[in-house]
Amino acid sequence: TGETPENAPHDCPGPQSEEAGKQSTCEGCPNQGACASGANKGPDPDLEAILERLSGVKKKILVLSGKGGVGKSTFSAQFSFALAESDARQIGLMDIDICGPSIPKLLGLEGQQVHHSNLGWSPVYVKDNLGVMSIGFMMAADEAVIWRGPKKNGMIKRFLRDVDWDELDFLIIDTPPGTSDEHLSITQYLNEAGVDGAILITTPQEVALADVRKEINFCKKVGIPILGVVENMSGFVCPSCKVCHST
Amino acid sequence: RMQTKDIKHIILVLSGKGGVGKSTVSAQIGYALVKRGKKVGLLDVDLCGPSLPQLLGLSGKDVKRSTQGWVPVYADASQRMCCMSIGFLLPSPDSAIVWRGPKKNAMIKQFLEEVVWGELDYLIIDTPPGTSDEHISLIEYLQDSNPDGAVIVTTPQGVSLADVRKEISFCQKVNMPILGLIENMSGYACPHCAECTNIFSSDGGKLLAEELDLKFLGKIPIDPVLTEQSDLGSNFIEKFPDSPSLNSVMNLVDSLIGSDRMNIGA
Repeated sequence: TGETPENAPHDCPGPQSEEAGKQSTCEGCPNQGACASGANKGPDPDLEAILERLSGVKKKILVLSGKGGVGKSTFSAQFSFALAESDARQIGLMDIDICGPSIPKLLGLEGQQVHHSNLGWSPVYVKDNLGVMSIGFMMAADEAVIWRGPKKNGMIKRFLRDVDWDELDFLIIDTPPGTSDEHLSITQYLNEAGVDGAILITTPQEVALADVRKEINFCKKVGIPILGVVENMSGFVCPSCKVCHST
Repeated sequence: RMQTKDIKHIILVLSGKGGVGKSTVSAQIGYALVKRGKKVGLLDVDLCGPSLPQLLGLSGKDVKRSTQGWVPVYADASQRMCCMSIGFLLPSPDSAIVWRGPKKNAMIKQFLEEVVWGELDYLIIDTPPGTSDEHISLIEYLQDSNPDGAVIVTTPQGVSLADVRKEISFCQKVNMPILGLIENMSGYACPHCAECTNIFSSDGGKLLAEELDLKFLGKIPIDPVLTEQSDLGSNFIEKFPDSPSLNSVMNLVDSLIGSDRMNIGA
């Protein structure tokens, strides 16, 4: 299926990689021959499965930044709550930050677990019309997810292919900082199902803006429409004297 | 093959969480070490979001090649501080590095093998958030270079601490000593009425250090002057010796210099 096989070495480059089967780490792996010959490449059948799984999702929106710590997860959580204010809407929130999944904490869902049914993985519901998926539900709180790209990609693919989102008006996808594996993979896996747009989060400082400009270029490169930019942590009103300051 | 043999101390700046101030703290540690008479290199292995060139006022500089390899960019004529970052190698500051893990790992390896760091007292390595390719590879590549350990940066609130716990767990798994923990963005003193508000809560980092028996290196408040100077790429420590943030950074560096090669809280 193009995913990193279970029996692969821990630093497997991934069967879809150009280095598949050719790296020194591949020696001794039972899949080496198939990878090197290119048998494990080719059109990814999972893209069809993802298209099928997401057929009931009307809009898919990525929340991106490039910069860490600007409030992507905070915004994703509040945005999802705001959308779910109306009982008429069904909202899904997917957290593809595999190393630093903040969504469970921000929605008060720490300690919740993902249940499996014959329909797939069930999202964790914070309210009837807001379902959530995050690796945070599958790990112990302090447990570090020390995975290279291919394993992270495999998990993101499962979130798209195996979670029973059912009918959704909006699927909000919270992302980690950067322009790397997770971002390339979510774009790739949603190639058929389509991304309706991205909301970019920044803070006012130059170090944040520099990374956000790169993220904008990334969106343009991969053809994701940019719905707009949010400036977070924009000024602070002192609770004592009520004067507003920039920080 | 790593060009690290003439470097006395290698210190990683880690977090797990994004946006807590790893790069800002790395730059300030660099400036403070120079103030204490040390020769410092700053290595930026955040390939997607390289912030060090901007923070050090070195945006737009080029990397020159010599017969021995790449020459790091020097911060000024005294050549007491130098830096290497992918930011110096991009065609434009807005260019995005859209690379998967293997390409990022190869670049980091080049930074360690091909940059002519020369004799340094300290090499400070600024990292991206997370516990993934960059971190795993960096630890592997530094195996024979005997790094001193890692400084962990956090902000006080829960969402940061959650990721920082994971990073601490990562350090323990890979046997990277933890030199100490810094609580950044710890409180904001209103310049108008002097009332201190804990915008991002308070003491979270301090309490975590106590809980996990790690050295607490100190707190750095939210300081609009530091933010402004960072935006300008100015040496804040030289320009604003009376700033409230200064004491925290200098105490932190003196504590770091004092801790040397001791394994504290590993």
